Amino acid sequence: MKASVIVFPGSNCDRDVQVALTDSMGRPPEMVWHGDSELPAADLIVLPGGFSYGDYLRSGAMAANSPVMREVVDRAQKGVPVLGICNGFQTLTETGLLPGVLMRNANLKFVCKDVTVRVETSQTVFTCGYEAGQTVRIPIAHHDGNYYADDDLLDRLEGEGRVAFRYTDPEGAETEAANPNGSARNIAGVFNESKTVLGLMPHPERLADPALGGSDGKALFDGLVEALG
Amino acid sequence: MKARVHITLKTGVLDPQGKAIAHALGNLGFAGVGDVRQGKFIEIDLAETDRDKARDAVTAMCEKLLANTVIENYTVELGE
Repeated sequence: MKASVIVFPGSNCDRDVQVALTDSMGRPPEMVWHGDSELPAADLIVLPGGFSYGDYLRSGAMAANSPVMREVVDRAQKGVPVLGICNGFQTLTETGLLPGVLMRNANLKFVCKDVTVRVETSQTVFTCGYEAGQTVRIPIAHHDGNYYADDDLLDRLEGEGRVAFRYTDPEGAETEAANPNGSARNIAGVFNESKTVLGLMPHPERLADPALGGSDGKALFDGLVEALG
Repeated sequence: MKARVHITLKTGVLDPQGKAIAHALGNLGFAGVGDVRQGKFIEIDLAETDRDKARDAVTAMCEKLLANTVIENYTVELGE
């Protein structure tokens, strides 16, 4: 499997995801600078976390319009799996590859802590390393993670099984207290229609090695390697 | 020509920042403050002198970058 990680000015989790991917793939991913209009052939494209372009205008808005993103959108439309973590998720919603918007956290604060999320389906290249209904501990670190979509769209996403992860308590119950940012229906991650594009606010790459205090995130990268070869 | 763009959240979209501002105004003793909605104001200098063309161009800018039309409305005002 070959992976490319897109690096924007202000990305700050690109190296973490590089390490996690290298560990799972057995070889390093290509790091692609945002100004490049050529993207090497890849089985997976990752948009890492961070604060691309200083979050100017709206989080992810500038990155979504950078030269390399035209090619990323094109590849995604052809079915190449694209993973957006945190700022990568915000960028994917800004391109329109994923539905909805990530708004300012309901409590207006930057939230940085480990949260519990429930895996909603294992039937995708991103989540096949998990069991459906399994709860995992993964860190979040964001100011704009409050997932918003209108009720019709939320119903549609749920009906089509496109909610990837939800914030829950450790027992897997979707409670208000377990929702760290006010996200609609406790949504922490969503898929596109074909489930080949995933955006999620939690950072699986930050708990992908026991030396980091946990490894619940590793199954996402291991699952991708298993699914994509 | 100058274009002025106002970007506001659509009705029905929660605005936690607006709520916090309303709350703070109340704490400062400003009575009678109801709902507060905050947004963005963007001023753009344009080389274009034709008003229709300028309006079309700024509308395209709003659709492509300045506003996220999933949650935001925008209005375009042209100056002299």
